[in-house]
Amino acid sequence: MKTRGALVVGVAVIGLGVLLGGLRVNPYVYFAGYVVLQYVVIATAWNVLGGYAGYVNFGTPAFFALGAYTSIFLIEAFKAPLPVLIVCGGLVAALLGLGIGYLTLRLKGVFFSIATFALSVVLQTLIINWEYVGGAKGYTLIRPPAPFFRSWGVLLFTLMVVLAVVTVLVARTIERSWIGRGLAALRDNEEAAECMGVPTLRLKLFATTLSGFFLGVAGAPFPYYVTYVEPSSAFDLNYAVNALAMPMIGGTTTWLGPVIGAVLLGTAQQVATVTISSELNLLIVGVVLVLFVVLAPEGITGLVRRLRRR
Amino acid sequence: MFTWDLLANAVVAGILLGGFYAAVSLGVSLTFGLLDVVNIAHPAFVILGAYAAYVMNSSFGLDPILTGVLFTPLFYALGAGVYRIYYSSFERRGEESLRGLVFFFGLLFIIEVALSLKYGVDYRLVEAAYIGKSIDLGGVGIAFRLLVPCVVGLLMTLALSLFLSRTFYGRAVMGVSQDQVALRLMGANPVRIKTIAFGIGIAAASLSGALLITISPVVPSTDRDYIGRVFAITVLGGLGSVGGTLVASIILGVAESLMATLFGPSWSLAVSFGILLLALAVRPAGLFGR
Repeated sequence: MKTRGALVVGVAVIGLGVLLGGLRVNPYVYFAGYVVLQYVVIATAWNVLGGYAGYVNFGTPAFFALGAYTSIFLIEAFKAPLPVLIVCGGLVAALLGLGIGYLTLRLKGVFFSIATFALSVVLQTLIINWEYVGGAKGYTLIRPPAPFFRSWGVLLFTLMVVLAVVTVLVARTIERSWIGRGLAALRDNEEAAECMGVPTLRLKLFATTLSGFFLGVAGAPFPYYVTYVEPSSAFDLNYAVNALAMPMIGGTTTWLGPVIGAVLLGTAQQVATVTISSELNLLIVGVVLVLFVVLAPEGITGLVRRLRRR
Repeated sequence: MFTWDLLANAVVAGILLGGFYAAVSLGVSLTFGLLDVVNIAHPAFVILGAYAAYVMNSSFGLDPILTGVLFTPLFYALGAGVYRIYYSSFERRGEESLRGLVFFFGLLFIIEVALSLKYGVDYRLVEAAYIGKSIDLGGVGIAFRLLVPCVVGLLMTLALSLFLSRTFYGRAVMGVSQDQVALRLMGANPVRIKTIAFGIGIAAASLSGALLITISPVVPSTDRDYIGRVFAITVLGGLGSVGGTLVASIILGVAESLMATLFGPSWSLAVSFGILLLALAVRPAGLFGR
């Protein structure tokens, strides 16, 4: 598929999202759709670093929550509008991404992953002790009536459709450019890539920053979605597990993998939450993740590719 | 309100806590430090051990630490089984590092969610005669609920270091971390040795879980706090060094206790992760690194 074709598909998906927004269905559908699309953004963003560059980030909640809490700060301080929140949430999380990018100079593989997990907990402790954004009590947002749309559910749903399309298109563009090839080279063997003249540090910094940016973007509308944010919900470990599980299930080497994983696993979780229980749906994620890592390490796209080759 | 009494109490409590932290970290020191298996699910096995102690205590009135000791063979078998799956799925194919990490992360998540499904998210605690008692040494109170786990932790540290230095299997474990081919030439099977070592690591985790629930009440998500602690201790102590693990545990215990006393308990968790980040960034080989 050419780039122009991808753009057309992207615009078509956004159009479809707007059409869906016009339908008079049960409002819960938009809330569930928002969560699934949010996971498309998160899984795709995670995969830029984890799948393309091979650095496993356990700190997804840190970036997501940073986006959410940047929003809260800006709402509290300047009553900033939603588009500003999204850009600023992304930028602040991108800065954190740049920081962990420099961490990759010293920490490879497993140590990097543990450090990102540690980062998430340190950040959570800071937020818990920061009264201005609600501290441990949490922060309640009183939403004004939704502008342009008939409800916040539809507005946020449409917004997430746009964000998901943009994220996926960016990830796809990167994957097919020299940056994507450079990242793949350093994923397979960092020393060898460096020796062949691949600017590994610059590429890693790019990957961590971009990944951080989109994780922050995913978190920025979160206060508007839940209207009550507390540290334990913004820093939920589920984000770390889902960000990891979705690309792993879909396949980590292409942009399509995280999308497939997020849609499948995200939808399954939403259905399970409604029909069974929310605890059980988490158990499903864990079990599916472990099964895939053990039995089908290349994910669904890898399985399909292997079947086709036969 | 700062007083010297307060400081002395905080330091003593920190040292006692450190002995317990050593017990929690020994298994990671063994599996991560010596076998290079990144068992990030280790704290989940600690919590599993804590719940075993809780169940036996609440239904049969069994002493938590006795339960911990009685359950070690079961957890040893569990650990050996987990290692077998890990070995055949990842290590044999040579893709252990990242996918193996994800495997253990998934395992941690499964154990945590399964526990909260079965027992809910209420705090669980155990009852024993010594919990709640303390002795007073010139203004410094020593609580038995901290002292007993500390002593058991020290005994576990001693036992592990004797095992590693004096017994055939212990030396083989040290050997497997250095040179697998040479170990094969000595007539020992590296996979079998690693299975044994991993089993011991998980057994140690379960016993330390019994200590954990003696010290304070436990919920399924307590394991997250310990991920940072155990890896901070293992990295700070130098991978695979049992003595280093003990020293790092006591450093962390005292640092956390001081932080909690001076700035409030909500900051104490940041200490372990702060130390971890600092150790990783400045000196990844740790204090007593190989």
